[in-house]
Amino acid sequence: MAKIKKKIKTIKVDADKCNGCRTCEVVCSAFHSSPKWSVINPARSRIQIIRHPLKNIWLPVFAGEYAPAECMGRDKYIIDGKEYDECAFCRASCPSRDLFKEPDSGLPLKCDMCEDDPPREKPLCVEWCLNDVLIYEEREEEVEEGVEMEDVEAGLTSMVDKYGLEKVAETITRMSQKE
Amino acid sequence: MRYAETGYNLEIDLATGNIERVETDPKLMETHLGGLGTSVKIHWDRVPPEVKAFDPENLLIFSSGLLIGTPAFSANRTIVTFISPQTGLLAYPMMGGFWSAELKYAGYDKVIFRNKSPEWVYIWINNDKVEIRDASHLVGKGALETQELIRNELNQPNAQVAAIGPAGENKVFVASIEQSRSSSSRGGGGAVMGDKKIKAVAVRGTKDIYLAHGDEFMEQMKEMTKYIKFRNENPLPGIMTILSGIGSPAEMKHTDEKWHTESFAWGNARRRRKDFWTKEIEESWKKTQLESTKRLISCFNCPTQCGGLITHEDVPSYMMKCFSKLTYLMGAEVDDLDFGYKIAKRAFEYGVDSFSTPQILAFAVELYEAGILTDKDFAGTDKYEACPSDKRGRFFWLLDRLAHREGIGDILADGVYWAARKIGKGAEAYDHNTIKKHEQMNIKLGMMDPLYYLMYSTNEKISITQMEGNWPQAAFPNKEDREAFVKDWPQLPDEHFKQYFLDWEPRGEKANPYYPTADMCSEIVDWMEMLHNIDDACCVCAGMSSFCLKPPWHIHNYPKIISAATGLDLDEAGLKKIVNRSRNLHRAFNIRRGMSRADEKPPEDHWKKRFPELEENLLSTYYKYKGWNMDGIPTKEKLHELDLDYVAEDLEKRGLYKNGQD
Repeated sequence: MAKIKKKIKTIKVDADKCNGCRTCEVVCSAFHSSPKWSVINPARSRIQIIRHPLKNIWLPVFAGEYAPAECMGRDKYIIDGKEYDECAFCRASCPSRDLFKEPDSGLPLKCDMCEDDPPREKPLCVEWCLNDVLIYEEREEEVEEGVEMEDVEAGLTSMVDKYGLEKVAETITRMSQKE
Repeated sequence: MRYAETGYNLEIDLATGNIERVETDPKLMETHLGGLGTSVKIHWDRVPPEVKAFDPENLLIFSSGLLIGTPAFSANRTIVTFISPQTGLLAYPMMGGFWSAELKYAGYDKVIFRNKSPEWVYIWINNDKVEIRDASHLVGKGALETQELIRNELNQPNAQVAAIGPAGENKVFVASIEQSRSSSSRGGGGAVMGDKKIKAVAVRGTKDIYLAHGDEFMEQMKEMTKYIKFRNENPLPGIMTILSGIGSPAEMKHTDEKWHTESFAWGNARRRRKDFWTKEIEESWKKTQLESTKRLISCFNCPTQCGGLITHEDVPSYMMKCFSKLTYLMGAEVDDLDFGYKIAKRAFEYGVDSFSTPQILAFAVELYEAGILTDKDFAGTDKYEACPSDKRGRFFWLLDRLAHREGIGDILADGVYWAARKIGKGAEAYDHNTIKKHEQMNIKLGMMDPLYYLMYSTNEKISITQMEGNWPQAAFPNKEDREAFVKDWPQLPDEHFKQYFLDWEPRGEKANPYYPTADMCSEIVDWMEMLHNIDDACCVCAGMSSFCLKPPWHIHNYPKIISAATGLDLDEAGLKKIVNRSRNLHRAFNIRRGMSRADEKPPEDHWKKRFPELEENLLSTYYKYKGWNMDGIPTKEKLHELDLDYVAEDLEKRGLYKNGQD
């Protein structure tokens, strides 16, 4: 199978260092305004600090994919005795909550790592965080082209485990007839 | 389109429940900028001198500042203005935290309260939706507790809440307004809020703030970022740790408290303990502090970390702000930091000023020891026990009484000045640390300091920490160190200040009290005050500006940043004129309320060595420099120069220009 190179961009979040100042939210909204730097509104930011100061929770979360429907269930983490909000670590702009939506239109927001022309060295939130909470890393990974196929197979295997081969096959037949 | 400011104030009449969103005059930004400047203007226009603190006409204004909500570092102060029940003058305590940014994003520059609510209420501002809500279930709750209760009941974890505790409800003259990790403490804003029956003001905003020239603005901020990084890596040499960095003194970070504990006075600002900071104390304090501080924290859009999240033994978590760590402990003369952490939490919940309150309690202890207050005053009732005899217990007991105005606490709740006069029997002699009826920092020193003399005497804040900052507190003994210090000092308003510092010696002819000379002192003090006034109009934290040696914000970058944010075309002279205008209007406001030259003096025992003639000359020289007459009143000429003829006319009409002065 052919191998291709893929650039992986990561923002490492050292949440223990976050002092909750929200500079990242301010600068994100300024960068993504049009024209650039003209409008400031943390509610439009693609990074949000989930803050519960008295519980010692300061958690920067980045906006991820838009989810048209919410998950079938929700999660709630307790780490080191601290109970986080429902779905606190999830990045989705999702119907279950107000996070990562334009405040006026409700349209979903998604972090684009501050794509710019010419390209920037690192996203703005990273550049402006003076407490080194956000660290930007880039690396290249070799991935196999056929990876999606394997995903499908893994998915199907779990469906077969759950519902039996016959039912899955029937469903696939029915679906293919509909197409 | 309005830039930097929202252009709207919220006007709330508590008696009728009427709420209005009022567009402000865009001209006001050009004449008074915003923040303290525009608030002073509103008080001047609408609060005549006959109005007392607890009259319905006393306005209570919560204001953001011109640069709040922009990416300007450390622009996060909320400035609360009102006639103080303690001093009768215009008080303007500030708090950090997140409240004013939230207000700006909700679409308002200020919230102006007038009249009184018949029932206990809290205000909920959610963008365009503003409600006056019932607060009867919150009465008696702590000021910190209330913030959480309101966030929970509104289901708004991101709402910012400014609240009073029982002390504010009981109109204690030193009651504070608490919010997030900060508080608006000096002068009794909590009491005025309580008098109007406002338990809290909650706000959430998701609207836009516009920058006129965003590119230029961000270029300025980039420059500032470079400087902040540089200063974080290079603390000033030869300066005590606590003042060597930028930002408000990082009391939660630094464990070395030798300077505060040995230079400041303990008890009722009585005695210095020059050998306090022993090895054992250092180790025990360090252990307590490091174990209790769970995280260092900041206010909105500020890279420094002068606050701390404290979890100490069985005390529920709370956020500690700078010097409160030491004030109760030093007032009570308790040597264990543990006490400081325990009593601070209770005091924050009550909502009382951490500077004034410990001094009031220490004053009561002194009166008891002197036999002026007796066991009768410290007795129990069916509601509470008698006062314990140990130092810790006594302070907790007195704090409880003061916050609830119970027994002797009802008298103490008015502060040292008024309590001394009510108690009588010689108690007045123990009121030795107030200026204009307001408790001062617990400092008593040897040689009169001409710079501090002027700052203590003349500033409208009546609180030294809001006045000093850019000039080193003491001369450097070593000439080489002085030369090194002035070499890199771009924050100075003018190069010639460097010579003043180079020639300034710790001892001898060129030392306090005769050097810097009265003329030099006038220039230096005026510069520091001017910078504080710019900060207060923009609501930039003094910790990153006027209350900091070699700060990131100064007179040379301020005009550029303000211009880029607002679209005004300001230069240094233009900016100075605006804040000078507001500062003179502020003085005229207080003069109209009866403040006079006779009030402008530090406590008699502030220094051991005093120089009455020199001091009078200092004050006269400074008045002249400021354009004030010998009564400390802005002259008609000065007011005319500042486009304040309407103020001169008012002062004239009231007969305030006396003895042929004008």
